[in-house]
Amino acid sequence: MFTDANKRRAVEIVAQYPNAHSAILPLAHLAQDQDGWLSLEAMDEIAEYCETTGADVQGVCSFYTMYKRRPCGKLVVSVCTNVTCLVVGGPEVLEHLEHKYASDDEVFIEEVECLAACGNAPSMQVNYDYHEHLTARRAEEIVDDYKTGRRTPRGVSGGIRE
Amino acid sequence: MTATEVERDEEPKVTVSVTIDGTTVEAKPGELLIKVAQENGVYIPRFCWHERMKPVGMCRMCLVEVDGIRGLPPACTMPVADGMVCHTETPAVKQAQDDVLEFLLVNHPLDCPVCDRGGECPLQDTTLAFGPGESRFVEEKRHFEKPIPISDVVLLDRERCIQCARCTRFADEIAGDPLISFVDRGDRTQVLNHPDHPFASYFSGNVVQICPVGALTAKPYRFRARPWDLATVETSCSQCAMHCRGALQSSSNRMVRLLAVDSDAVNHGWLCDKGRYGFEYVHSDERVREPEVDGVAVSWPQALDVASEALRSARDLHGAESIAFLGGARGTNEDAYAWVRLAKGVLGTDNVDSQLGDGLPAELVLGVERASISDCDSAAAIVLLAPDLKEALPVLHLRVRRAAIELNVPLIDLSSVPHGLSRNVTHALAPKPGEQGKRAEQLVAALQGDAQNDNVDPVLRAAVEAISGRDGDIVVILGRANLAERADATIQAAAALAGLANVKFLSALRRGNVHGALEAGLAPGILPGRVTIEHRDAVEQVWGAVPETPGLDAEGILRAAVAGSVKTLVLLGADPVGDFPDRALALAAINAVGTVIAVDGFRNNSTARANVLLPATMFGEKSGTVTNLEGRIQRVNQKVSPDGTAMDDWRIAGEIAFRLGDDFDLESVDEVTDELVRVSPALRGGSSKLFGTARDGIRIPVYEHAHELVLRDGAKGVLEGDGVSWEPIKVQAEVSPQAEVSPQVDASADVPPTSLDVPVLLTWNRNAPNVQLPGADAYSVRLVSGAALYDHGNAVNASPSLAGLRAVPKLLVSAADLQRLGVTNGTEVHVASAKGAFNVAVHAVRGIAQGVAQLAMGDEHGANELIDAASLATDVRVETIR
Amino acid sequence: MSKEVRETRIVSRRVREFPDDSHTMSRVLADGGYEMWKEVLRRADTQWIHDEVKASGLRGRGGANFPTAIKWESLPDNGLPRHLVINADEGEPSTFKDRLLLEGDPHALVEGVCIEAFRIGSHRAFIYMRGEFALGADRVTQAIVEARANGFVGSNILGSGFDLEIVVHRGAGAYICGEESALIESLEGKRGMPRIKPPLPIHVGLYSQPTVVNNVETVCTITHILKMGGAEYAKLGVNRSTGTRLAAISGHVKKPGVYELEFGMTLREIIFGIAGGIRDDKQLKFFLPGGASFQWLTSSDEHLDQVYDIDDISAKLGTTLGSGAIMVYDEDTDPLLVAWRLAKFYAHESCGKCTPCREGSGWLEKILYRMSHGEGRPNDMDALLDISAGISPDVLKAPFTQTTICPLGPSPVSAVASLQKWFRPEVEAACGVGVLT
Repeated sequence: MFTDANKRRAVEIVAQYPNAHSAILPLAHLAQDQDGWLSLEAMDEIAEYCETTGADVQGVCSFYTMYKRRPCGKLVVSVCTNVTCLVVGGPEVLEHLEHKYASDDEVFIEEVECLAACGNAPSMQVNYDYHEHLTARRAEEIVDDYKTGRRTPRGVSGGIRE
Repeated sequence: MTATEVERDEEPKVTVSVTIDGTTVEAKPGELLIKVAQENGVYIPRFCWHERMKPVGMCRMCLVEVDGIRGLPPACTMPVADGMVCHTETPAVKQAQDDVLEFLLVNHPLDCPVCDRGGECPLQDTTLAFGPGESRFVEEKRHFEKPIPISDVVLLDRERCIQCARCTRFADEIAGDPLISFVDRGDRTQVLNHPDHPFASYFSGNVVQICPVGALTAKPYRFRARPWDLATVETSCSQCAMHCRGALQSSSNRMVRLLAVDSDAVNHGWLCDKGRYGFEYVHSDERVREPEVDGVAVSWPQALDVASEALRSARDLHGAESIAFLGGARGTNEDAYAWVRLAKGVLGTDNVDSQLGDGLPAELVLGVERASISDCDSAAAIVLLAPDLKEALPVLHLRVRRAAIELNVPLIDLSSVPHGLSRNVTHALAPKPGEQGKRAEQLVAALQGDAQNDNVDPVLRAAVEAISGRDGDIVVILGRANLAERADATIQAAAALAGLANVKFLSALRRGNVHGALEAGLAPGILPGRVTIEHRDAVEQVWGAVPETPGLDAEGILRAAVAGSVKTLVLLGADPVGDFPDRALALAAINAVGTVIAVDGFRNNSTARANVLLPATMFGEKSGTVTNLEGRIQRVNQKVSPDGTAMDDWRIAGEIAFRLGDDFDLESVDEVTDELVRVSPALRGGSSKLFGTARDGIRIPVYEHAHELVLRDGAKGVLEGDGVSWEPIKVQAEVSPQAEVSPQVDASADVPPTSLDVPVLLTWNRNAPNVQLPGADAYSVRLVSGAALYDHGNAVNASPSLAGLRAVPKLLVSAADLQRLGVTNGTEVHVASAKGAFNVAVHAVRGIAQGVAQLAMGDEHGANELIDAASLATDVRVETIR
Repeated sequence: MSKEVRETRIVSRRVREFPDDSHTMSRVLADGGYEMWKEVLRRADTQWIHDEVKASGLRGRGGANFPTAIKWESLPDNGLPRHLVINADEGEPSTFKDRLLLEGDPHALVEGVCIEAFRIGSHRAFIYMRGEFALGADRVTQAIVEARANGFVGSNILGSGFDLEIVVHRGAGAYICGEESALIESLEGKRGMPRIKPPLPIHVGLYSQPTVVNNVETVCTITHILKMGGAEYAKLGVNRSTGTRLAAISGHVKKPGVYELEFGMTLREIIFGIAGGIRDDKQLKFFLPGGASFQWLTSSDEHLDQVYDIDDISAKLGTTLGSGAIMVYDEDTDPLLVAWRLAKFYAHESCGKCTPCREGSGWLEKILYRMSHGEGRPNDMDALLDISAGISPDVLKAPFTQTTICPLGPSPVSAVASLQKWFRPEVEAACGVGVLT
């Protein structure tokens, strides 16, 4: 359930569009930033705001890879392995982080497509903040910085936490 | 020449020339190439395209070459244009077809031997006809758990799915129930419902029929038969008054499947689930198989003797008026006619009513200017003065929804509570319950020029603006929106609307063949053929005598029973206790009468009291004709032999008449039809032969609709062995049906005459009550009630696939009223009226006014336990349970 | 090298000159920002805007190269509201030029949006921002807030009577939403599946209303064209490739990054001049001159001497400049690995609508995975070509034909075609052709 503040925010978001259905993506971001993932209940609530069904919201949201339909901890670490990162060490960064955080429920490591940071490859995002010029060790330090509070993460959908 | 024909001739001929594989044909501009090709004998293979849905161009199976267009455009999204030259069999097209099929089989499990679709599978058939013959795919296929239920009746095997989106588009576009959707993307795309919400659509079975693979299967049909084992007849579904066309299939004398046939006039190829799966009750173990007298099984001659003797002695001792007939809306026209002849012609009673208190006076239903279902498509506006069509007449709901959404027909709503079409309503007049008459009068005043007046309600003004400038008639869908009030306010509204020029009415009475029964005279004061008992000439020639004065309607009959003047009740597939809106009255009546003779396939609350119980044939066990809500006569056909010793109603009536000394001399159902035609002014020009060969049936009055007649192609009209169910099943027409229209009045002619002396049919005299509602009690809520689709009737109760779907009683109120009660959604509350009281769960819904509550009819905790048939409105107290 | 090899900074000038605060309103105002927007409102002459942009020869910088002014001319006059939608869904592999503007110069985007909205008479503009661009979304949103505070957006802007609302709409991870009709679907809250065309979005777009969809760089360029004058802008560049464009150079070059290049350089000048050549002094093996979706080129002189010209490269070498990404690979790179990773991308990003793309891209990926991971079979390359032909019938030909609705389908086919054209022997060797098994 949206918090009262987010309920007000949701109403504002819907009002930005001529058609409430357009608000599905922004409301899903809002819910995911709030809850850390996009639950079925959240999809039902979004459906109410957007005048549709939960099945429709589920169908829409499942199309987009940023929405996590199961809890994924506090940090979503997205490592690029696409064609530029591929040839300059991206896969190695990914493998290292996957291994390192395999049993850490707080950290969700995912392989992603090109992040548009190829000038400084390899790169990754932590809750959609960029980190570039990586090595496996550097990547691990960054993730640990977030874990220990030396860096403040955004919400898991890339919004800034209240 | 009729007016319609004149107009048709004057239409300028606007077509375009299209050349398909070297043959030049004429087509409507904008028509899709795939359809134009098909209509001209060129079948372009396809999976996603369905004629009744918008094209998506997804499967890419219909790629063709079009001169001047680069690449291979899909024929399903390509509108034809003048001079277009298209090739469907070039090497490039063949190669593309090969490739698409190979791609489709990449992730398809090829488990045909264990698939329900095997033998009638479009993917299988198309692969054989157009495919490469082998797959080079050696990698791992996609895997999903299989199959998973997506609703109580539909199973989904995602591995077999080829992502054509027919099902999801149907759910969203056609049914308006977007409860299934594509999930994930790319080659992981799958169809799914929301795990917490099943695909609980009244129309879910259609997705099984239109699925081009075995991804969607119906639980009721799963592993029941193989297509080559099936025998098929074409018939009309008669679960409600819509009469959707269907192909009824059986295996080993059991009906196993009803497929929708695509009739442009009626159902556009769709069925509701109650229609599609509701035939199961016919094979129920609960069926009455032998006649019974006082609960003891007897032979047919014994039972008929007892029944006849009871009727004879009742007539002789207490007069014909002491006998009353209730029901008869679930049989064929022939059944209804035979009962009418027995009641009115043989016994001499006019206390006959096929509507059980949820209808409208027969004079009104039969006597107003009637609209066809298709008139909705081109209406200036549709006025909803009707129950929730989604519950009452589901496929009509689809048709009206399409008119509103696709064809932009303004939808003017006179409902007091939200319903299935609320979202599509353009002008909600939102009368309070019982005030629809007053509101309709305001609308009529606004339409007649009052709209300029500054004081006119802006909603009315907007409605008038929406209608003005539109061609076509205003179509009023007319039925009982609220069974918790007397029909008066609805009649008042109908009277006001009938005063408009260019208005037509489409009846929304829902009972299976209620219109056929009314047309046959199964109503007080009415004779066969849309005339009153004053116009008795045609009937008297055949019957001899006819009652002089109008008898009682259902409510009157029940009251007379309680009062003691009706002593013998004949129930024709009727259950007044379970079905009449005022249960207390029905129960008192059943208990008061001396004799009950029930003709039914099942036992129920009312037949429990029957002295004589005569088992009747049901859907699929009999042939004849039925008449739908637009007055269209269509055939129903027998597919299986009756269970037990059940007999057709018309035979039972004839046997009783014979025993009462009146030989109907009717040996076959066709003879009954022809006699019905002979005595019915409105059927003049018809015949059993005509009704049997008219592809889309024909509307009453028959002689007025000769120009619409399309004769079926004798060879292709039969669906036997034709396993293609996923495409719209169309019954082929004869090439030149109009050629032989005969001007003579001849009941045995193949086609009706186009001109003859027009008989004078019943017209409604528009006498309108002026409803003055009692003031509402501040502590009560005013009740609105109607029948749910999955009600407590036999079609649901005795059909295993549907029984679990029965509507759960729920009191629906406004959020404000819920708050006033101080309870949360779903809590049980106590409801009470002068007639009854019980506990029921309460839910708040949007769109319902404060002080109004909705509760469906039901066999337990239904509104019928609270309603007083004598009251203009039903007010109930709602209290929290301590 | 014949020409002086250096950047021509127009749209990237501010962000390069003031890397620390180019995104702030104070810097932008000091730098002359929004002056052109004020001028547009003062003149209130849409025809002037139109004429200048037409004279400039500006073509869409998203990759389709459609002339911007011609697009405006196609707008129907049917009384329906018009929408301006900015395509900021930059997601093609190795394309990262719009991100520079979104994060570094969001006010340039806002000003460009204002001017274009004024030109087409739109009162509600949407910026469809790639979901992963969290900072970009913050910066653009903040820029809109500041612009509103300064009276540059909102109702009755600077007393002109013109109203404009700008909405930042974040995507959520789907490359296909960069395709304009899929983007519109997504903006309507649907799955981002491309629509059947016709009708084109310009006629029937967002909410079934006329809609102009433009790339970020295109919109930002409009302001500069009005400043310079269209004719002056058109003097830059070569032939019908006028002006400059942002090129994102990545891979095995010494100086990867975004460069603003005047059309007309050679590819050799770009790779070896601008980007500093191949790092670690290795040899160039192959490169992708226009993003991930088009055919590759090699180190041959014919390829390296090709002029950076939209139409010329297409006519001569059968590839395009696409989204402005140039990906460069050195002698040690396995082309099969790059082809596989691209196929994996396209299979992952296929929306699933058209059968050939949905099933074909996954099939290509599976085969290429085997081939690039030591499990190739002798007939794999032929299978790739056959499968590719089902998606794009004339596999080797460019511009490609397609059996799908949108060009995502044939995109991985470009990689297959490139393998066939340039690396068939190497691929066959890797797949054991000629080796007894």
